[in-house]
Amino acid sequence: MFGNAIILALREIRRNVLRSTLTILGIVIGVGAVITMVTIGEGATAQVQADIQKLGSNLLQVFRGQGFGGGGGARQSAPPFSMDDVEAIKNEISGVRTVAPTIGTGAQAIYGNSNWSTQVQGTDDQYISVRDWPLASGRNFSESELRAGAAVCILGATVQRELFGGEDPLGANIRLGKLSCQVIGTLSSKGQSGFGQDQDDLVVVPLRTMQRRMVGNADVNSIMVSARDGVSTEKVQADIESLMRERRKIRPGADPDFNVRDLKEISSAMTQTTRVLTSLLAAVAAVSLLVGGVGIMNIMLVSVTERTREIGTRLAVGAMARDVLLQFLIEAVTLAAFGGIIGIALGLTAGALATHAFNVPFVLNPGIVMLSFAFSAAVGIIFGYFPARRAAQLDPIEALRHE
Amino acid sequence: MPSGPTPVIDLSQVTKIYGHGEGEVRALRGIDLRINAGEFVAVMGPSGSGKSTCMNILGCLDTPSGGSYKFLGVPVGNMSPDQRALLRRNHLGFVFQGFNLLSRTTALENVELPLVYRHVPKEQRRALARKALQEVGLAGRESHVPSQLSGGQQQRVAIARAIVTQPQVLFADEPTGNLDTATSIEIMKLLTSLNEQRGITIAMVTHEPDIAAWTRRIVRFRDGHIESDQVNEPVREL
Ligand SMILES: Nc1ncnc2c1ncn2[C@@H]1O[C@H](COP(=O)(O)OP(=O)(O)OP(=O)(O)O)[C@@H](O)[C@H]1O
Ligand SMILES: [Mg+2]
Repeated sequence: MFGNAIILALREIRRNVLRSTLTILGIVIGVGAVITMVTIGEGATAQVQADIQKLGSNLLQVFRGQGFGGGGGARQSAPPFSMDDVEAIKNEISGVRTVAPTIGTGAQAIYGNSNWSTQVQGTDDQYISVRDWPLASGRNFSESELRAGAAVCILGATVQRELFGGEDPLGANIRLGKLSCQVIGTLSSKGQSGFGQDQDDLVVVPLRTMQRRMVGNADVNSIMVSARDGVSTEKVQADIESLMRERRKIRPGADPDFNVRDLKEISSAMTQTTRVLTSLLAAVAAVSLLVGGVGIMNIMLVSVTERTREIGTRLAVGAMARDVLLQFLIEAVTLAAFGGIIGIALGLTAGALATHAFNVPFVLNPGIVMLSFAFSAAVGIIFGYFPARRAAQLDPIEALRHE
Repeated sequence: MPSGPTPVIDLSQVTKIYGHGEGEVRALRGIDLRINAGEFVAVMGPSGSGKSTCMNILGCLDTPSGGSYKFLGVPVGNMSPDQRALLRRNHLGFVFQGFNLLSRTTALENVELPLVYRHVPKEQRRALARKALQEVGLAGRESHVPSQLSGGQQQRVAIARAIVTQPQVLFADEPTGNLDTATSIEIMKLLTSLNEQRGITIAMVTHEPDIAAWTRRIVRFRDGHIESDQVNEPVREL
């Protein structure tokens, strides 16, 4: 009986090429769209999470002025930090692992005929440790270089590529604006930040070199602090805040002229944004799923009359209701499985291509694959099977008379 | 009616009402009919007199509104749908007035269909279906689908489908309605031989007296009643 039903079902699928194709197509569209969209969304989320890791663990940054990034005026007017502030944070706050003072300025980097506009960061030997950013080659600044403000620099991967191409930059002399300095190391590549900046587009020089030879003052613009593993960054953040209030003599209740940001906070805002994006994609996918489902429904309902008569004929020549139902069930399941497999293959391919194109990791979500497949298959089976069940319960002559 | 061996078919006071209220149609108004094993009966009567309605009930394709139908002494009214399906599968053959072939399905597959549900193995099924098509004069048309066949050819496919199982009882609703005289005679010869050689009981509806003349009993319908029921001396074709 089962073998028969399979033969009859396959015959019926072959016989109704158009109907079968459209049903499969509906499932393919639904399943494929969902998988593609969700794969892209999850890839983006994974990317953002990886970016957060790349920022360095437990990283806090102390800025001049009010607010983060914005309020340029306040930032300029707020007094800068000094090396004493850096020492104070390092020595007086427990839970601090490392501290690095920084000054940033834009400069033109020149080597031979190559010319590249980049960001120069004046800092100390703790910078790479704070940012959790290993060197790719060469060495870190030495104690004496830092003290003397020596003309040495460490290149970010982008600057290295732009100035040197494949050449070994170690020992070469480059110019940063008016300053000529020797390359003593290169940084490993960190890639883009969650904010879309190229983090590798920078040159690091000793703080004092920057102060004396590039900006001409002894200010420290911001202080990077990394907390010890297992220490709550909130606590360190609060401690730094009260310490700096005290050092900068800000009355209780008054707004501080600096702020301490936990970079994780910003990142989690980014993650939030990506989540919204993912939900949006999922919504689009759900609509495709629905459209696919309605397509299947449509094609099934349109053929109900013909199928009802077919059932009437089968019943008239001696089929029992269950023979007919088994056939229809196998037919629906076969089409659903077929469409599902093609849809999954297509969705994964499209997802892989898209994540590759957007340069985000390819993350497979088996739950979504199953869910979209189950939904489409259910639509196919319900709308293929239930009208058949109703027809199979009629007297054969009534099924044959169906209009 | 004299009591004898159990009749194959025993209708008593069978009625069929279509619709209800204003639009109610009383297609059968109390039919009493007995057909014994081995009979060859023609059902005649004007259009709309209830012939097809009655045949559908006899073929267990439809249920009567009232009265009782016993098949080989067993009341069909008490049977479950599955039991009626088994009855159709194993004992009955039916030729529809409107053929009811599966579209986009070859003549051979259409004829095979009842054998599929009888679980006849594929090779045997093919052979039997081919033979039945040959008997109705359609050898060479096995792979044609209904839309590629003339009305008469479709009718013959429908006949082949009904006889391929060698049913105990064959119901045929105007089996020669679309056929020319020569083909009609071929079909009547076939039915006569099925009746005489294999002992298949046959009830067939026809409008044509020439066709009815081949049978041994003629039942006439009028307005849902049986108007007359006469013995006939069948013609023997030269
Ligand atoms: N499904 C139906 N619904 C309502 N009325 C019906 C239905 N089928 C048949 N009838 C009516 O029942 C009556 C008998 O119909 P039936 O088909 O049995 O006639 P018939 O004798 O076979 O006629 P014909 O020689 O034209 O085939 C007719 O008046 C017809 O209109
Ligand atoms: Mg009729």
